[in-house]
Amino acid sequence: MKKIISYGRSIYEALDYCLNKEKKIILMGLGVNDPKGVFNTTTNLFKKYKNKVFDMPVAENGFTGIGLGLAIMKYKVVITHQRVEFSLLSFEQIVNQIAKWFFMSSGKVNVPIVIRLIIGKGWGQGPQHSQSLESIFAHIPGLKVVAPSNAFDAKGMMISAIQDPNPVIFFEHRWLHEIKGVIPKKIFKSNLNKANIIKKGNDITIVSYSYSVIEMIKANKFLEKLKIKAELIDLRSLKPIDIKTILKSVKKTKKILVVDNGMTTCGISAEIISLIVENLGKKIVCKRIGVKNSPIPSSRFVAEGFYPEHDIIFKEVLKILKIKNKLKLKKLFTDVPDKQFRGPF
Amino acid sequence: MKKNILKLFKKMLRIRMIEERISSNYKLQMMRCPVHLSIGQESIAVAICENLKDQDLLVTAHRSHAHYLGKGGNLKKMIAELHGKENGVAGGLGGSMHLLDLKKNIMAAVPIVGSTIAIGVGLAWANKLQGKKDITVIFFGDGATEEGIFLESLDFASLHNLRILFVCEDNKFSVNTPINQRQNPKRNLCKLSEGIGIKSYKLKDHDLMKVFLKSKKIINYIKNVSRPSLLDIDTYRYLEHCGPNSDDYLNYRNPKEVKKWKKNCQIEKYQNLLFKQKSTKLNDIKKSINKEIDNAFKYAYAGKKPKKIILENLIIKK
Ligand SMILES: Cc1ncc(C[n+]2csc(CCOP(=O)(O)OP(=O)(O)O)c2C)c(N)n1
Repeated sequence: MKKIISYGRSIYEALDYCLNKEKKIILMGLGVNDPKGVFNTTTNLFKKYKNKVFDMPVAENGFTGIGLGLAIMKYKVVITHQRVEFSLLSFEQIVNQIAKWFFMSSGKVNVPIVIRLIIGKGWGQGPQHSQSLESIFAHIPGLKVVAPSNAFDAKGMMISAIQDPNPVIFFEHRWLHEIKGVIPKKIFKSNLNKANIIKKGNDITIVSYSYSVIEMIKANKFLEKLKIKAELIDLRSLKPIDIKTILKSVKKTKKILVVDNGMTTCGISAEIISLIVENLGKKIVCKRIGVKNSPIPSSRFVAEGFYPEHDIIFKEVLKILKIKNKLKLKKLFTDVPDKQFRGPF
Repeated sequence: MKKNILKLFKKMLRIRMIEERISSNYKLQMMRCPVHLSIGQESIAVAICENLKDQDLLVTAHRSHAHYLGKGGNLKKMIAELHGKENGVAGGLGGSMHLLDLKKNIMAAVPIVGSTIAIGVGLAWANKLQGKKDITVIFFGDGATEEGIFLESLDFASLHNLRILFVCEDNKFSVNTPINQRQNPKRNLCKLSEGIGIKSYKLKDHDLMKVFLKSKKIINYIKNVSRPSLLDIDTYRYLEHCGPNSDDYLNYRNPKEVKKWKKNCQIEKYQNLLFKQKSTKLNDIKKSINKEIDNAFKYAYAGKKPKKIILENLIIKK
């Protein structure tokens, strides 16, 4: 039995399931009790699970350390941040403490903490509310980093992340929350370390993750019109990277475009291409695109083209395949997720 | 005195009318950036900024419009900034959450809560190191006082006897989270900062003239004695946390509390004090403010799109 629900609702259902199932669990973060419920992912959970769901003071560093304290005492902890940027205030706790606790206790103490980081984009949110900082988390030993792109993965991976004995950084893109997908009615779990081949193909491999997967799929519609058969891979896990799946694919296609959801410099795409070159030498044509290596301006007039949107992906693939084509992709506003969106968030 | 009140009232009314215009024009979908409007909280900005000199410095956070305008920030360039145009105060690169006007020493507004509290202390320290007596005003909300950086900054300001006025605008909410979910009811901000050695004052009402007179005294003290002070003022925002609309339908605020504060509207209060009903003088004031606002929007519409090449030059590469 299947059902259709949104990505945001998937997160809600996963949280609801775990809050119900686990005796020792705390969900915390700014706005979790707010009637808007962190983009409708926590709405009214505090009414259903008294003493398990807590809104927080504006004190990210403090409450992250407090979350670690809970985890040491065998609580499962889910922390939310409505923008990844706010978590930077708690970087000390995440990088020095949470990521290393298991190691420093010589494996005696696990800290089951999930940190939900929401990535913003569009509507002029500008340099401090629309960054994609996945790679700086993926840099840290001791953290698993995942970034599901659809409702199915969101639910399965959230449940797995919460049940995981170790810290998981869980990236959600704001523009994914309203997108619907098909999921089983029954509870299910998903791997936290496996990429997903969305579509098989022989001509080129395209790898992406999080919201950029949506753009990759859009671009592929146009590639299909030109009879180009791309193999599409949704990375899902940024740490560890499922390099096996990628290597298998590029051995077949000999070409890869990595569409980074963040900046390319020292980014996830840099890591993937390094791994390919290390494993296969120079046999593979490798190319990466991503968010411009620049602070992101508020003005939509200049922010356009900052992110790897489908037209850019399309053009890049044609370049790699050395195909000339005049197909012009139509784009409406690029600063809103859909036509109905009226701002501000 | 009455002349003075009139002057302050006009400034307050102007900010209210500007914010209301932003609110009503937002639906045109041309101001495409988050806006945190100051409607309801204008009196504090006006009263405090009236006691500042141009060379005094100011920093603020996401809810910055009233502070910016109160300190004399350029209106046209602010509206252009909200429209993402090149002739905006930040060249369109920042939007509403990154206002600044260096000509008026409005040094920064940033949307990471608490961030500018420390930055403001740094500005004040620089002034002190150079023997300058100008003060720095740092505006922030009740939420920001929960960040560690708040205490760290206060400590430093006190240690180094910096000329700073810390202003907490306590509107009881951080986004839609009420203060009682974030702070123990016994927490006393003034006592907290007094404990660090900073003279602190509480005003339970954002009355325009009360804030004006109180801050005048405090600012004199800061200038003369070279010590920081803190002023904690109860106030209320009328509209949603972020955006142009009312969000009372969400019921996160007690309707009685909302009503109480709307009854304590400083615009209405001083309007009733200063003018008779159907005053032509008041109408003339409104007319001229409206004209100024019309012109500011025209300026924004006429502004060019920022050039992409400018961005290239702004990225530090070497
Ligand atoms: C470090 C950080 N955490 C969270 C946020 C999200 N946020 C934006 S405004 C705001 C409310 C802060 O409340 P307060 O300081 O009282 O200011 P007010 O909005 O009431 O004027 C919050 C939590 C943020 N911008 N930065």
